[in-house]
Amino acid sequence: MQKRLIVNQQLLEIMVTRLCHQLIENHGDFSDSVILGLQPRGKFVAQRIQHTLASILGKQVPTGYLDTTFYRDDFRRRETPLTANATKVDFLIEGKKVILVDDVLYTGRSVRAALDAMIAFGRPANVELLVLVDRLYTRHLPIQPTYVGHQVNSLQSQRVLVEWKEQQANEDAIWLVTKSDE
Amino acid sequence: MQELSVRHLLGIKDITPQDIQLIFEIADNFKDVINRPIKKVPSLRDITIANVFFENSTRTRLSFELAEKRLSADVINFSSSGSSVKKGETLLDTVNNILAMKVDMIVMRHSSPGAPHFLSKHIPANIVNAGDGTHEHPTQALLDSFSIRERLGEVAGKKVVIIGDILHSRVALSNIFALQKQGAEVMVCGPITLLPKYIQALGVKVETDVRKALAWCDVANVLRIQLERQQMKYFPSLREYTLYYGIDKKMLDSLDKEIVLMHPGPINRGVELSSDAADSHHSIILNQVENGVAVRMAVLYLLAQKG
Repeated sequence: MQKRLIVNQQLLEIMVTRLCHQLIENHGDFSDSVILGLQPRGKFVAQRIQHTLASILGKQVPTGYLDTTFYRDDFRRRETPLTANATKVDFLIEGKKVILVDDVLYTGRSVRAALDAMIAFGRPANVELLVLVDRLYTRHLPIQPTYVGHQVNSLQSQRVLVEWKEQQANEDAIWLVTKSDE
Repeated sequence: MQELSVRHLLGIKDITPQDIQLIFEIADNFKDVINRPIKKVPSLRDITIANVFFENSTRTRLSFELAEKRLSADVINFSSSGSSVKKGETLLDTVNNILAMKVDMIVMRHSSPGAPHFLSKHIPANIVNAGDGTHEHPTQALLDSFSIRERLGEVAGKKVVIIGDILHSRVALSNIFALQKQGAEVMVCGPITLLPKYIQALGVKVETDVRKALAWCDVANVLRIQLERQQMKYFPSLREYTLYYGIDKKMLDSLDKEIVLMHPGPINRGVELSSDAADSHHSIILNQVENGVAVRMAVLYLLAQKG
C-alpha cells in the first residue's frame, strides 16, 4: 500500500478558512442557514467548518449530523454490512438553506441518500454541497458540489483518505492511497 | 461492520449476547426515526414480508406490520381463520404457496412449539418467530430488555422477577434467556402449580411469595393468566389468584425502593395488576409498546441484510 500526501495540515487549514469565506459570501450572517455533516466522516469536516465560522462571525451556526445508512441504494447488494451511525439534527430544516458537508465526493450515491434522508426533517429552501475533495470523472449520478476544497484525478483502485487529529491521527492531512496489489 | 450470527430469529436461545447488543444499537437509531416528522425509511423497499398468524394477536401483529411499513417493505397478511388451513392444508404447503408469490421474509405465530424451527429447515426465506405456543416469543423479550435498558441504563446486574403463569408463557422463557445472556439475575414467581417443574435448571431463583419477590427485584415483569392454554384447574379461582398474586399500588408504595413495572399485554385489569398500579409512574407498559416497533424494525433490517 502506497500513501501519497496531497494536502498537509497547513494547506488544509487555509482550505477550510477559504471555504468558510466562500460560505459567508453566499449566506451572509447565516440567519437562515444550517450545516448538515454526513456521517461518519463528514461530521469532522462539519465541526471544523462550524468552528472556523464561529471564530470569523462570532456565532455558532446550527450544525447537525445526518446518517444515511437506512436510505442507501446498495443495501443487500454489498459484500460487507453497513453500520448505522447516530443522526443528530436538533432543528427543523423547513424553509432553511441547507449546506450538506462531506469529506470526499466520489460516486455521488451517499449524497443522493443524504438528500433523501434530509427530507425527513422538512422541506429546505435550497441545498448546497460542500466537499473537501472532489474526485473528478468518477460520478455515477448527476451530482456536483457547490464548494470544493481540492480536486483530484484518481484511479478507481485508489482511495482518498482524510485524517483528522480528532480521530487520533498525528496531524490533519489528505492522502491518496494506492493498494499495491492493484 | 457487524451483522447477526443467525439468518432467522427463531428464539433468544439461538442468538448471542453480541447479537442482542447489535439489535439494540440499531433499534436506538430506529427509535429516533419513528419520532421524526416523517417516520419512514426506504431500507427494505425491495422486500416483501408475509405476516402469517395461525393464532390470535393484536399488539404483536400491529407492531410487526407497522415496523415493516416504516421500513418501506411490502406487506401481506395471513390469518388462519377464514383460510385454506381450515380445509386441511399443511403448514408447509400453506407457507410454500405464500413463498411462490415471491416473498422474502416470514413473520409467523403458531400454536405449536417449534413450528418456525421446522419451517426454517424447509424454506429459503428468513423467518421471524412471533410466538410459538408456550415456547418462545423472541421479539417480546428483546423489547422488554430494551425498555429496561432505556429506563435503568443497562440490563447487566439488574434483578428481574417474572410474576404469574410461567408454565404457559413463551414470554417468560424468552425473557429468561435474554436477561441471563445480558447478565441480569432472574427470579420467577407464581403459584407452584404454574411454575414448570424443572425451572431451576435454567439457573433462575424461584419464589412463591409475591411480596418477597417485589422486595428483591429492580424490575417486575407481570404476566397474564393464560386461561385459554390451561387444560385443567391450576388454582381454585381467579379471585383467589388476585388475592395472593395480584399487584396493586399500595404494595408498590410500601416497598423501600422504586421498582419498574412491566407487562407484555394484554392486561387483565383487576386480576394480575390493579388499574392504579398499571397506570402508576412505576409502569413502563406503554413504553414497551413504542419500543416494540423500533426493536422489530431492527430485527427485520438486520435479517434482511443477511439475505
